[in-house]
Amino acid sequence: MTALGGFGTGIASVQLLIQASYFVTAVLFIIGLKRMSSPVTARSGILWAGAGMLVATLVTFLYPGMTNYPLIGAAIVVGGGIAWWSGKRVAMTDMPQMIALYNGMGGGAAAAIAAVELYRGESPGLASSALAVIGGIIGSVSFGGSIIAFAKLQGLVKRSLRFPGQQLLNLLILAAAIGIGAAVALGIDATPSAVTAFFVLSIVLGVTMTLPIGGADMPVVISLYNALTGLAVGFEGFVLQNAAMIIAGTVVGSAGTLLTQLMAKAMNRSLGNVLFSGFGDTGGPATGEVKGSLKPIEATDVGVMLAFAQKVIIVPGYGMAVAQAQHKIWELCQLLIDRGVTVRFAIHPVAGRMPGHMNVLLAEAGVPYDLIADLDEINAEFENADAALIIGANDVVNPVARTDKSSPIYGMPILNADKAKNVIVIKRGQGAGFSGIENALFYLDNTRMLYGDAQKAAAELIQAIKAVG
Amino acid sequence: MTGIVALYIFMLAAFTGYEVISRVPVILHTPLMSGSNFVHGIVLVGAMVALGAAHTPLEKAIGFVGVLLAAGNAVGGYVVTERMLEMFKSSGRPSKGSH
Repeated sequence: MTALGGFGTGIASVQLLIQASYFVTAVLFIIGLKRMSSPVTARSGILWAGAGMLVATLVTFLYPGMTNYPLIGAAIVVGGGIAWWSGKRVAMTDMPQMIALYNGMGGGAAAAIAAVELYRGESPGLASSALAVIGGIIGSVSFGGSIIAFAKLQGLVKRSLRFPGQQLLNLLILAAAIGIGAAVALGIDATPSAVTAFFVLSIVLGVTMTLPIGGADMPVVISLYNALTGLAVGFEGFVLQNAAMIIAGTVVGSAGTLLTQLMAKAMNRSLGNVLFSGFGDTGGPATGEVKGSLKPIEATDVGVMLAFAQKVIIVPGYGMAVAQAQHKIWELCQLLIDRGVTVRFAIHPVAGRMPGHMNVLLAEAGVPYDLIADLDEINAEFENADAALIIGANDVVNPVARTDKSSPIYGMPILNADKAKNVIVIKRGQGAGFSGIENALFYLDNTRMLYGDAQKAAAELIQAIKAVG
Repeated sequence: MTGIVALYIFMLAAFTGYEVISRVPVILHTPLMSGSNFVHGIVLVGAMVALGAAHTPLEKAIGFVGVLLAAGNAVGGYVVTERMLEMFKSSGRPSKGSH
């Protein structure tokens, strides 16, 4: 570390220890991420990465010239304690917004590092100031945006705020933030008030960018902010000449970008489309366009239908997870399998709240992997299915995505549940989906609605099938 | 570390991140996002250094918030990732029948 040269030999050996430990941390992180990308080794992956984090944190206490130890200790205990407590308690269904929240905290921390450097005002050089500013704006946007993403998925912010000229306003805020940031970095106006204005504008930009984005697009947005936080951490690593931060931040930045692309692709939407078109920007959901009526059915009738079916495909959605019905549903499936019925689970790439979320929830209930099929595998099989059982899924089975060019979800790949001979929809009430779009599937001639809580409905179905004998 | 060396590190780390993720199955997307979220919790060491070098009350206050948030990122990221991957272990060896 050239920036910290000129210390005595004792400090030099401490420096060497710190640098060596950061190197080990970087290696542990990369091995950990590699192991997390395969189901067999995934569990040990987090342990490797966790060991790396522990090493880096402990060795940082030895940093030469450090002061404020009580403050550092208190902040770690309070911040870490609250996160530990909340992380242990959060339900699996709420995982996506929790990730958003923790990610926002990381972005905020990166911005705080930039703020400390910039308020100090002793610029160690243009490159360093510029990187602090770039990392600062990215981290602040990720901070503000992630908090809004959390609030939306948690149901604290219900509506997507949209108004004419919104994109223009965001562009103006962005331009102002960049302008002031450039002035700070170049030393034209590096006063504390300019620095404050820079950070306030950056955080506001994150908030206003995220407010118009609909809940259905939120997974992609969270993934994007995850990548952005990584990038911000990497940039601040350059400022602090910290190799562990540079490597870990950049690795997450690029891996997160790829993950974001994969998710956007699964939803058949480009990233630009997600960020700037505004989901359902056409002035609210088109409700009046669906023809037909909703036809209710009783659980006993559904039980008979399923019991004598040859093939049943189950389409689980977020609603099933919210009702904690996955265990009952799996019990129902085992009854059917014992009767010789072929049962499969059809998983849409964005079922749940983000790709893979539904697999986590089904794994929790003990459903074996070989019964779970993804969209490409299962879509041809719906034609041969006697019944498609839709549990708490909505937008991912809405046929308007194939037919109605004016629909906001037009072009999104969907599960072809409407092709099954009978479609049974278990649904709590008559409301529209998470995206606020009316579902044409519910009004088809071969569709019947089984109203009620998913867990209760599944229990009734189990009774009905047992009664068939 | 000179600018050009820093650029090399940046480039190599970016390719590493891309390669590590490129063959991940969809079922692991959520845990992996959570895992990478944990990894950028390394911002904690930077926040510690920033607070450790803070002098004015303003610097100390911002540094404190930085360490607080960073510790939340690291600890929370670890706990939720570990909880999610825990379940993958049990489903990797499915028990006969349900519970």
